[in-house]
Amino acid sequence: MHALPAAPAGPKHRQIIVGAALASAAALSLFMGMIVTWLRMRDQARAAGSAWVPEDTAIPMVAANVMLLALLPLCVFAQWAFYAAKRQDRPHTGVALALVGVVGLMFINAQAYIWSQMKLPANGGTYNSMFYALTGVLVAAAIAGVVFSAVAAFRYLGGRSTDSEVVAAHALYWYVLSAAYAVLWFVVYVTK
Amino acid sequence: MSTIDTHASSAPASPGVLACVADWIGTTDHKRIGRLYLGASALAFIAVAAVGVLLGIERVSPTREWLEVGSLTQLFALERFGFTYLVLLPAMLGVAIAAVPLQLGARALALPRLALGGWWLWLFGAVLGVYALAQDGGPGGADARFVDLFMLSLLLVAAGLAAGACSVATSVLTNRAPGMNMRRVPYFSWAALVASLAVVVALPVFAGDLLYLYVAHHYPSGGGLSGNLALSEWAGHGFTQPLTLVFALPVLGFFADAAATASGARLRPRGTIQLAIGLAGVGVLASALQAPPMLDAGLIHEDFSTIVRQLLPFGIVHGLPLLGTFALLALTTRQLLAAKPKVQAPVVYGLLATALLLGAHAASLVTHVGDAALVGTTFEEGTWLLVVLAAVLAALGAVTYWGPKWWGRSLPSVPTLGIALVAAAGAALAAAPLHVAGFADQLGAVFPFVQPGMQASVVNFDYSGPLELWNGLHTIGLGLFAVAVLAFVALALRAFLLGKSAEDDPWGGQTLEWATTSPAPADNFATVHVVKSAEPLVDLQPNRSDA
Repeated sequence: MHALPAAPAGPKHRQIIVGAALASAAALSLFMGMIVTWLRMRDQARAAGSAWVPEDTAIPMVAANVMLLALLPLCVFAQWAFYAAKRQDRPHTGVALALVGVVGLMFINAQAYIWSQMKLPANGGTYNSMFYALTGVLVAAAIAGVVFSAVAAFRYLGGRSTDSEVVAAHALYWYVLSAAYAVLWFVVYVTK
Repeated sequence: MSTIDTHASSAPASPGVLACVADWIGTTDHKRIGRLYLGASALAFIAVAAVGVLLGIERVSPTREWLEVGSLTQLFALERFGFTYLVLLPAMLGVAIAAVPLQLGARALALPRLALGGWWLWLFGAVLGVYALAQDGGPGGADARFVDLFMLSLLLVAAGLAAGACSVATSVLTNRAPGMNMRRVPYFSWAALVASLAVVVALPVFAGDLLYLYVAHHYPSGGGLSGNLALSEWAGHGFTQPLTLVFALPVLGFFADAAATASGARLRPRGTIQLAIGLAGVGVLASALQAPPMLDAGLIHEDFSTIVRQLLPFGIVHGLPLLGTFALLALTTRQLLAAKPKVQAPVVYGLLATALLLGAHAASLVTHVGDAALVGTTFEEGTWLLVVLAAVLAALGAVTYWGPKWWGRSLPSVPTLGIALVAAAGAALAAAPLHVAGFADQLGAVFPFVQPGMQASVVNFDYSGPLELWNGLHTIGLGLFAVAVLAFVALALRAFLLGKSAEDDPWGGQTLEWATTSPAPADNFATVHVVKSAEPLVDLQPNRSDA
């Protein structure tokens, strides 16, 4: 066997944050791919002279805008959680993570409200099926985010208070999801 | 900053069959997880190759029906789905998972449970996908429930493979030995990193299309995304070039590492070779476009801005990967020839696989030249098959190369070399006739839809030329390759169960995996090593001219 020099104990690894960054990149890629397909189908429909959004469809813009606005405090709370976790400030970390979870639930509730108000039949045409697929993936990603918040909170408050990496990864995930929703909001709700 | 995982992992081997099975299915040892991927993809290859040979026989004589016409659509879909997502990508991922942490000098894979969970998800999706196809599902399927199930199974397969790729990429980014900066990462690990990042970005785009298709199919509305044939149109890009070429990217890294070992010298220029591997991965941009850019031959008559608008994306997506693959092959072969290398089986596998892959890159570029009129012919199928078989050939080479570290035993070199030559001949013979037939306008498609009485289909065609010869040669080539793989599996089983114990460094390697025992222990290395160059084992030989 070759005799290579042994290394001293290495610095702390950052697998969770790098893994979360890659997962976030995958999520962003999923949303961007779906939005590109949405734009292609919308252009095709308009080029064919047909309406893209079905007639008599009223999109509740207030709820869509509130969802966008809610992401701003959500990101602030996520960053607050990381800031507090780095300083091993358990009470503030717990409060911040709980707030992220609550705002995340509000976000999901607002999307459910939009679905209930629009009353679009899923089999009513290309727009309808694509709308449900895109917003459904968004809600699934938001649910994953809320679960991530809960896991980060339990992990941190359960005693692993020296490990702020999970809280940082959690914040990164919500930033990426917020960016993805901002694009989705502009394409689906504003320019329609 | 490089870091290293210092977890000591895995309990000692437990006695008894059930305990052994339990150890394997819940393992966090990357060598076992990688071998789970490799074993499952080997089984899948044998099954799918048998289907491919049957379909080849069907095409030898278009007027004769060997197989039931009603099942052909599903069999073609099984061949495409199987070779791409049950063989090509899992085989590459399996080799990467099993070899990369050893090359990095790490004691474990990063996020091993994610990689293992990915394998289970992939396996579950694979079984569901095959079941859905058997029940008249899949693209062109008549049973709507199983068309839905096929799309869900593809989502599971894509999610599982992306999870495995995420684990490999995280390993390379965080688990390197102290002193191993990105310039010093072994070529195979570098190629695995590029391919894994590409998979992490590309498969979600594919999954997004599948989600749209699933909802539109489950709640049919008659739009462009509805119907059982929309899968081919909207998600077909996930089953063809340039994406499959990106999946096969680790082939290049394997060849570079095996060539460096065989030549006994440091492979240089290092930066250029790393750049070449990176360029070969640029094809992933096509997944962002969801349709690879085409080039019109009449472009020369257009104005400058139109030429640039067409030529630039075409050159980036098709030209740069071809250039990267060619540069790697040229630089590596030049050094091999200059060094008078030892004839080692792994480098032969690597060289042949890379040459096949270069051919596939060139053929992919030609396919996307609009005036060649090769889209919709078997030319595309020949290129796709070449990519798959090149990757399988490289995976066999990787098992030969790293087998001592995974099983503690070596494969005999003479029969292994013979199998490499037979398999490469089979791969060329399987693909080239389809290219020729494609030029003769023999019809093909990513997912052919075959109906009874259909005149213009992939099994009922007519063109001037020896169509029976081309299709017969293709079938013989695929059969030859499958026999070579079977022979390799038999040889490997015998050697790894009953063969002689391997030395710690049987090839005279240059990278860290050869610094541990054969087989490598569960946590790979007794001590974590410091590296001062890309070839730490060469540094230990002060009398070498290039050391």
